[in-house]
Parts: sequence; C-alpha cells; structure tokens
Amino acid sequence: MATTPAPAQDRSVVRTLLRLWPYVRPVRARLFTAAFVAILASCVGLVIPLVLKWMVDGPVAGRDPAGVWLGALYLLLLGFAEALLFGLRRWLVARPLSRVEASMRAALYRHLQRLPVSFHDRWASGQLLSRGTTDLMLLRMFLAFPLTFLLVNGVTILVGVIIMLLQDWTLGLVILGPAVPLLVTCVFFEKRYATAARRAQDQVGDLTTVVEESVLGIRIIKGFGRHRSQARAFRELSHELRGTELRKARLLATIWGVIVTLPEVAIGAALVVGAVQVADGDLSAGTLVAFLSTALALRWPVESIGFLLAMTQEAATATERYFEVMDEQTEEAGPAPESVPADPRDRGLRFHDVTFRYPDAPPGSPPVLRDINLHIRPGESMALVGTTGSGKTTLTALVPRLYEVTSGRITLDGVDITTLPREALRAKVAVAFEEPTLFSATVGDNVLMGAGDTAGPDALERALAVAQADFVHDLPQGTATQVGEQGLSLSGGQRQRIALARAVVGQPEFLVLDDPLSALDVHTEAAVEAALRQVLADTTALIVAHRPSTVLLADRVALLSGGRIAAVGTHHELLRTNAEYAYLMSGAESGRQEEAR
Amino acid sequence: MTAATTAPAGGKPDDRRPAPGDPFDQDVLPTPPGATAALLRSLLAPMKARVAVTTLLLLLQQAVVQAGPLLVAYAIDRAVPAFRAQDHGPLVAVGAGYLGCALAAGALQWAFIAAAARVNQDVLLDLRGRIFRHAQALSVDFHERYTSGRLISRSTTDVESLRELLDEGLQELVTVVLSFVYISAMLLWLDLGLGGVAVASMVPLYALVRLYQRRAARVYRARSTAIAAVIVKFVETMNGIRPVRAFRREAANDTDFGRLNARHERTNGDALLEMARYVTGSRLVANTAVAAIVLWGAYRVADGTLALGVLAAAVLYLRRLYDPIDRLGMFLNSYQSAAASLEKIAGLLAQTPSVPEPVSPRPLPPARSEHPGREVVFDGVSFGYRTGGEVLPRFDLTLPAGQTVAVVGSTGAGKSTLAKLLARFYDPSPSSQLRSSRGDPYAGRVLLDGVDLRDLAVPDLRRGVVMVTQEAFLFSGTVADNIAIGRPEATRAEMEQAAKEIGAHDFISALPDGYDTDVRKRGGRISAGQRQLVAFARALLADPAVLILDEATSSLDVPGERAVQRAMATVLKGRTAVVIAHRLSTVEIADRVLVMEHGRIVEDGEPAELIAGTGRFAQLHRAWRDSLA
Repeated sequence: MATTPAPAQDRSVVRTLLRLWPYVRPVRARLFTAAFVAILASCVGLVIPLVLKWMVDGPVAGRDPAGVWLGALYLLLLGFAEALLFGLRRWLVARPLSRVEASMRAALYRHLQRLPVSFHDRWASGQLLSRGTTDLMLLRMFLAFPLTFLLVNGVTILVGVIIMLLQDWTLGLVILGPAVPLLVTCVFFEKRYATAARRAQDQVGDLTTVVEESVLGIRIIKGFGRHRSQARAFRELSHELRGTELRKARLLATIWGVIVTLPEVAIGAALVVGAVQVADGDLSAGTLVAFLSTALALRWPVESIGFLLAMTQEAATATERYFEVMDEQTEEAGPAPESVPADPRDRGLRFHDVTFRYPDAPPGSPPVLRDINLHIRPGESMALVGTTGSGKTTLTALVPRLYEVTSGRITLDGVDITTLPREALRAKVAVAFEEPTLFSATVGDNVLMGAGDTAGPDALERALAVAQADFVHDLPQGTATQVGEQGLSLSGGQRQRIALARAVVGQPEFLVLDDPLSALDVHTEAAVEAALRQVLADTTALIVAHRPSTVLLADRVALLSGGRIAAVGTHHELLRTNAEYAYLMSGAESGRQEEAR
Repeated sequence: MTAATTAPAGGKPDDRRPAPGDPFDQDVLPTPPGATAALLRSLLAPMKARVAVTTLLLLLQQAVVQAGPLLVAYAIDRAVPAFRAQDHGPLVAVGAGYLGCALAAGALQWAFIAAAARVNQDVLLDLRGRIFRHAQALSVDFHERYTSGRLISRSTTDVESLRELLDEGLQELVTVVLSFVYISAMLLWLDLGLGGVAVASMVPLYALVRLYQRRAARVYRARSTAIAAVIVKFVETMNGIRPVRAFRREAANDTDFGRLNARHERTNGDALLEMARYVTGSRLVANTAVAAIVLWGAYRVADGTLALGVLAAAVLYLRRLYDPIDRLGMFLNSYQSAAASLEKIAGLLAQTPSVPEPVSPRPLPPARSEHPGREVVFDGVSFGYRTGGEVLPRFDLTLPAGQTVAVVGSTGAGKSTLAKLLARFYDPSPSSQLRSSRGDPYAGRVLLDGVDLRDLAVPDLRRGVVMVTQEAFLFSGTVADNIAIGRPEATRAEMEQAAKEIGAHDFISALPDGYDTDVRKRGGRISAGQRQLVAFARALLADPAVLILDEATSSLDVPGERAVQRAMATVLKGRTAVVIAHRLSTVEIADRVLVMEHGRIVEDGEPAELIAGTGRFAQLHRAWRDSLA
C-alpha cells in the first residue's frame, strides 16, 4: 500500500493552517465580517443574563410593572438581534466557504494534471482522491466552525470572565482556577490526536485505492474467483481504520471528560462561595444568579474547545496532506534552458546522446537508456524493436516529454524539445499508447481530441478510415456514442483503433506509435497498415513494433538492446546482419537466421 | 462515407440504444421504497444492546448535568437562609452534590464517547464491507456501466456522511430529546404555568423543523450526485494521465471539472443556506418565548404567586431548553445528508447480480482421467448484451476434454463473448432480436463435464475455468502477490516454477527486490509485455481444468510469444484450452480451429485440414504467413 508516512518532525498547527490563506483571501471580507457578527451574537447572548439580573434585582423586587415591561422588551429585542445575527453569520459564509472548497479542489485537479508522469507512477490515485474529497471537506468544516468559533468562543470566554470579575472578583478567580490544568491537558492530548488523525486519513486513502483497484481489476478477480480474498483484504484495511478511529475516539473522550469536569467543579465551588457571601450579605441574590447564569452560559464555549481543537488538528493534517501534493513541482516549473539555434542539417526527429534513468530510481542503478543516438529524417518512419522490457515504451515517452531526459537532448527539426513550450511540442507530436485509454465522452470527441479545435467531421472520417474504425458507425449512436470510463464496453482491438485514429486525426508532423496494432486481427492489421503507409509517407514517425508486419511499415529499423541502440538499418539488412534482430523477428535461434530470411 | 452516417442512427428500429434518462448515466439507480430505512435498521439491529447501553450513559450524563440549576435554586432558597441560621449542612451538601455531579458528568461523558465510537465504527465497518462485498458480487457488465468513480464515491464520501450522522447526529438527537424532556419536566415541576408555555412554544418549532427537513432532503440528494460526478471525473483523469498529457487535455479537463465542481459548490452552498434559514427561524421563536415567559414570571413574582428562586431557576432552565435547537438543526443537517447518501448506497445494494452464485451448488463430478481437462458443451446458447452491441445467435458447440481449440476471426466477431460465456462473466441470454421477435426466454446453457456453470459454486467454477485477458491489470502489492492471486495457498517455489515455465522468471529476478518488488514503488515499472507474462504465471498457478487465453500474448515480442507457446505445449497437455489470438502462430499448438464471423462459427476443423482448404481460415493463414515477411 502506498501509505505516505506521516512526517516525523514537529509541526506547527498554526503555521500549517496559515498556508490556506491564499485560498481564503478572496473571501476574507465575508469571513471576517461573519466572525465579527458571531462575536456580536455571543456578546448579545452574554448581555441577556445581565438584563435578567437587572429585572430580578430591580423591577421584580421593586414591584415596578413598567420596569418589568421594559425589561421584557429589552429581552425581546436582544433575542431578535441574536437570532438575526446568527442567521446573518451563516448566510455570510454559506457561498464563500463552498467556493473555497471548490477552488481548492479545482487547484488540486489543475496541479495534478500538470505534475510529471513519474509523480503519478508513484502515487496511488486513491490517495490523491481522498485529498480532493474528504480532506477538503474537513477543511471547509474547519473554516465554517473551528476557525470562527475558536475566535468567538475565545472572545466570549474572555468577555464572560471580565463580566464575572466585575460582578465579583473573588468568584471570578474561583471560576478561573481550572484554566491552567485545562490548557495543559488539551495541549498534551491534541498532539497525540494529531498523529492518530494523520494515520486515519492515510488509511482512508489506502481504502479508496483498494476499492478502485477492485473495479479496475474486476475481470481478474472474477476470473480467479478471488472476490472473497479481495473482500478479506478490504476487511483487514477497514479494521485497521476502525482501530485508528477508536484510538482517536478514546483520546477525544479523555479530553472531553476533563473539559466537562473541571469547569463544573469550579462552578460548584463558586456556588458555595457565592452562597456564603449572599448569606453574609456581601452579595445580592440577583448578582449570584447573574454570575452563575454567565458561568453556565460559558460552559458550552469552554466545552466546545475540546472538539474544536480536535477538528483543527484534523484540518491541519488535511492541509498537510493537501500541500504534500501541491508542493510537488509541475512540469512547467524549472529553469528554462538556453535556446540553441536550430541546425538546418538536423531536420527530423533526432536523439543526441540521450541517457535516461527514472527520477525515482534507486541511486546507482543502471540507466534504462544509455547514449541513444538516433536520427529519423523528415518524412521517414523508423521502427523501434527490442525485447520485452528493453525500454522501447520509455524511449517513446521521452519525445512528448512525459519524462525528461537525464542527459543529452532530443531535437525536432533541429530545435531542442526542452526549448519548446510543452503545449506546442505535444501539438507537433501525436502519440498512440500501448494501452488505449478512452475517456468518458463520445467516440467522435475521443478521436478529435487529437486535433486542434478546427478539425471537423471530415477530419474525423478520414482518421477513422485510416484506423479501419468503421465499426463506430454501427454503434448505437454512431460517432456520438458515449464510451464509458476507460471505454470498457469496447473490445481491445476497437479501442486500439480509436486510439490510433486519435493519433492521426491532427495530421501531426511527428507521430509516435507504441505497438499500435497489437490487438488487431491479421486482416484489419493489413488494412490499417495499407492506410497508415499513406499517412506515414510524409510524416516523421517512430513506431514501436513487435512483429515483422508492423516493422514493414517503417523505412528503417532501430534495434534497442541493453538500453542502447545496437543497430540501425532496413528490415532486410538487419535480418541478414544482426543475429539478435533476426531472433527477435522470427523467434528462431541465431544459428538459423539464414533460414528465417 | 459521409457525415450523415455520423448522426445518431435515429431511423433504425433499434432497441439497443440506451433509453433517455438512463439511471446509470444520471447516477440514480432506483432505490426500492423503504430500502433506505431498512438499510439503516439492519445496520443498527445487531447493535441494539450496545445502543441501549450508550443511550443509557448519555441519559445519565444529561441527568447529572441538568442537576446544576436545581442545586442553584436549592442553594439560594434553602442553603443561604440555613447558613444565615448557622446551619452549614445544606450548603456543604450543595457543594458535595455539585462536586459529585461534576465528576460523574466527566466520567459519563468519557464512557459515552468511547462506547458510541465503538458502535459507530462497527456500523461503518459493516456498511463498508457490505458495499464492497456486494460490488464484488455484481457482474462485470454492471461495473462496466457504474464506473469505479461512483463506487468509490459510495464507499467514501457517502459512508462519510453516515459517519457524521453517527458521530455527531445521534448524540445530538439523543441530547436534544433528553434535555427537552428533562427540562420541560423540570419547568413543569417548578411551575406548571411557566412550563406549559415553554412546552407550547415547541409547536411552531416543530413546524419549522418539518419544513426544513423537506427542503434539505432535496438539496442533499443533489449534492450527493454532484460529488459523485466530481469523483468520476477525477478518477478518470488520474488513471489516464498519459493520454491527458500527450493530447493536451489539461485545459479542456479543467473546464469540464470546473463545471462539475461548480455544480457541487452550488448544491453545497444551497445546503448551508437552508441551515442558515433554519437557525434564524428557530432562534426567533425561542427568544420570543423566553421574553414572554420572563415577563409573565416577573408579573407573578410581583403578585407573590411565584418565588424569586423559582423564577431564577426557571430562567436558567429556559435558556437551556432552547440551546439544543441549534444542535437539532445540526442533527437534521447530518440526517438529511446521510439519508441522501444511504439512499444511493441502498440503490447500489438493491442491484441483483446478473450472474448470481447458485443457491444450492452442484459439485463437479470427479475427474474422468488422470488429466485435468474437462469437457465443455455450449448447449443452444445465445447471447445479447443488455446494452446492445455484439450478439451471438443460438449455437451448439462441444469441446472434448483435453482439446486445445483456437478461435480466430476479425475483431468484433464474438470471440471474446464466447470466452466470457465460458468463464461465466456473463450468462447466456436471449439475444435482443430473439427477445423482440419471439419472446423466447430460453437462452441455452454452458456445461462443464455435464454441470451447468450456473450450478457451480465459485471455488469449483474457478478451479474449473480460468481466463487470461489482454488487459493485464496489476494490483498494488508485490509481483509475488499478483501471481499468487491464481492460487493464494501456493508456495513460493510453486510460484517461481510457474513463472519459469512461462519465461517470466528472468525479468522478475532482475527487478530490484525480485518477486518482492512492489509494482507501484521505485523501480517497479513493468512493461505491458511483462505484465502479460505475470498474468500468464498467475493462470498457470491456478492450474485450471479449462484455460481460456483471450489475446493473452498481444504485447509480447516474437521470442516471448514463442517461449509462451513452447510452455503452452506442455502446460496445455491434458487441459481443455480455448485460445483466442490474432497471431495465427497459436494455431500451431491447436488441435482444432474455429473461425467466427458476425457471431457465428463459420468454419470448424483441424488446422491442417482448414489450411489446405479454400475457406476463410486458409485466407487468414496465408495473410498471416505473408505478414511474417
């Protein structure tokens, strides 16, 4: 499982959360206003007991009906004010908070789309998805409640304490007694809670990955009748998650327990001390009622601090997880290389001393590709042949810069590809991948995404004709038929032909085909080859091939062996002169190459 | 070919076209009435006793907490006068009582949270497991339509909203109800009149709650659908990141995603606004009631019909009576959100597998010879996809035990469908033409040694038939884990033996950690051809009676394919095998060739016999010889 380990170093919750500022900034006015309104509302809530005190001590005790009416009117007005302020606060933040969540999600999606492919090789998409869903929901909730209410409750407690101190400073001090032990407990437990929260969030990501794989690999699971063992693996993971969640709950329970007990003890003490003072005549009954009323009104703000801090911890963890991904460098970043003037003799696609090692490969491991020098002349098509796993696909991935060369350079018509904007480069180079991925869109859109916006139905028809993909017209809605997630409802050969049509639809200058005909039957293959020859006549192409029939599409062949280009020549030349090539093409042992010819 | 043909085939009488408003497209699978509530009940039923204990803890906790104001009233009305009279007893009692209550409240709070978390986590564990197991039991064609993104949405965000309900909601509800009952009782006991007014104020509040509930239900349903759409798009992009990059889809995807994301943003905002309206309304009612009650109470104190201490206590209770209203709002909030999610989950759970496991499975008869192979019979089988697409008209076919059969034909001729019927990814079904013309429900059966595949238990079926497809998906984990899927109880030596036989051992040994290399981690990059070899090793390890190879060597190079074929010659000996391949080299190891076209078997015979003839296969074979150049 691709669990990303929790960073061991001590982190500052506040510093982590401050990173949210750029996303919160656009709605800061609303958010601050809302916080201010919330403070106002709580203050109103705190004034209400004072009015009560005034009524009990004044008009009620003094039997003054007019005063009673006035007091009731005040109460009513304050009540209205409180209600409207409560509503106003929520109204102020409703849309902005959804916007913050959405903008963070959009930013994550944007960023992920532009991260190097090697990043995606490393990260299970379940972990990425859980960052884009549950983590962002936690952040929205944090902005909605803990952020505001830590402030509001803090202010409420402060104001409440001041009011209490003004009413009776001895009682006030009694109430303040447990503040320090409360704080210590909170700090102690919140730290441990943060660790548990991080583990739980990572485990959710792992669980997501298992669910996703269970669908993507459903044929294998069904084919081997392994759905029970798959369910067992899922159960183990979800049990682990349950364990972590229970640990979180136990920590939270302890915090809550302490937070409920200590203030209550203080209130009890204040009650006894207050009662003694009332008995001694040092304090009016009304003051004591008001005092205790204030104290009780503060109970919720104090108690809530426990779970507000817990939510804050979870939000900090979510932020950390979010920025783990956002801090990765996108392709666009990095220094712009000095541009080398185009060499007119360098027409076509050319590899100059290209060496490549995967960026995450263990240091010291041999490079996948070494000192590749290869020149594909304009309009020429070159087949790339090599044993399974020799790095052919890797080599093709370097041309559209899905990976960056470790050293050396690749030029298109003499221009170093690293000096071209990626958009422009990828517009020049069209690719058909070994695994033909189709997107949730119509067949037509899937093909046309290989061309610029100007390509119309004619281009579509031409491309479909080249790829011998006439079958699309027999689909329920022709080219307007939706193909599902990954185009699952089409056969491998059908998807491969659509992917091929996508590669040729834009009539690209450079074409990279990675084993484009592997899933086709012989007849279709022959027809596609015939049509492709037309396309390839004036296209510079690099074609990964496993079979002689595909090789014959190309003008020349390059043999990739041990990470180097071992030989270049026409099919027949190589067949004659290169034992390894002959073996690859015929499967016969090298001694029998003459026979294979 | 003209542009006209690209228009939807509207004129054709075609029942394959998905109906407008397809529930799969719109992510609204039908939920049977009452299924949502039944699901919630069945989740909570096994927890009855524990829910009761948890509720009891909460009840006690609330009782203890609510004792506070009572002690205040007692202190002012009784203990203070007593203290003045030098009787310290009552005040000491108040102090001790309050201390006891504080400790009890804390301890009970602790116990409640711990107990509630256990119940909640067990419910969630159960629900996650149910979704996963059910999804796994559903057939391949369901998954082709439902998409992994939606399933992820069901088992993450939708489960999460139930979790919110359980974590906070149920506690809120119990607290709200308890404190309401308790405080009302207290108020009524303190003073019947004041209490009566307080209780009466609940009527408009109830109306408000109902109104909110109705409006919120709609909003939350929309929100759950919206987030699922976001997830589907997200997953699709991340899984297809290479073509996304190569075809510069980033900007277009940003726009699409932005649209889905904005829909979620809107529904999310709607939900929060509903809540804002509710909170304002309920507070207005509550605060008005407080003012009214205080006014009346004050008058009665002035009259002398009410003690000052009673009014003080009543006022303290009143504030508390309305405190839980906000929390009731939060409960309704989580409830509606969870209800919308549960509805979607219930809809998923209500799907019946179209390829169900037998209720009373039949065992396979004991092997007839020392060879593992078994006889396969297609008896009057026909097949039509529910969604349209290719169709197999009714046919009969017998594959004797131990025979290796090559199936050839152009793409879309029905070869893969034949294989999927044999592997029981699908069950025979009347093709759509048959259905519409004759309404004949008989679709035939596929027999393995005389036993209908539909009567075989899954373990028997999978010991019987194994299929290797061209899509060689690798699961997270090590290479060894991936091979072991074939037979989890196999030893490492057996696993390596299988890999050796198929020619995968060399490349696996060359990986950084050999068989223990994690396929998703550093250096674990495995090419498409190598993945196919792993898939082969997996199938060999499974040691089935019938092996189906569907384009299983398409990404191998010629020597690789040769090596596999050499291995096959020994591996397939005695097994029944169905080999689908475009490369006719496979035919060299076949005893028999079937040529398929438009869903029909058009030629059937020994390879040499067919090659010598003038039929389709002879042509194909010549074309293939030529392609070897």
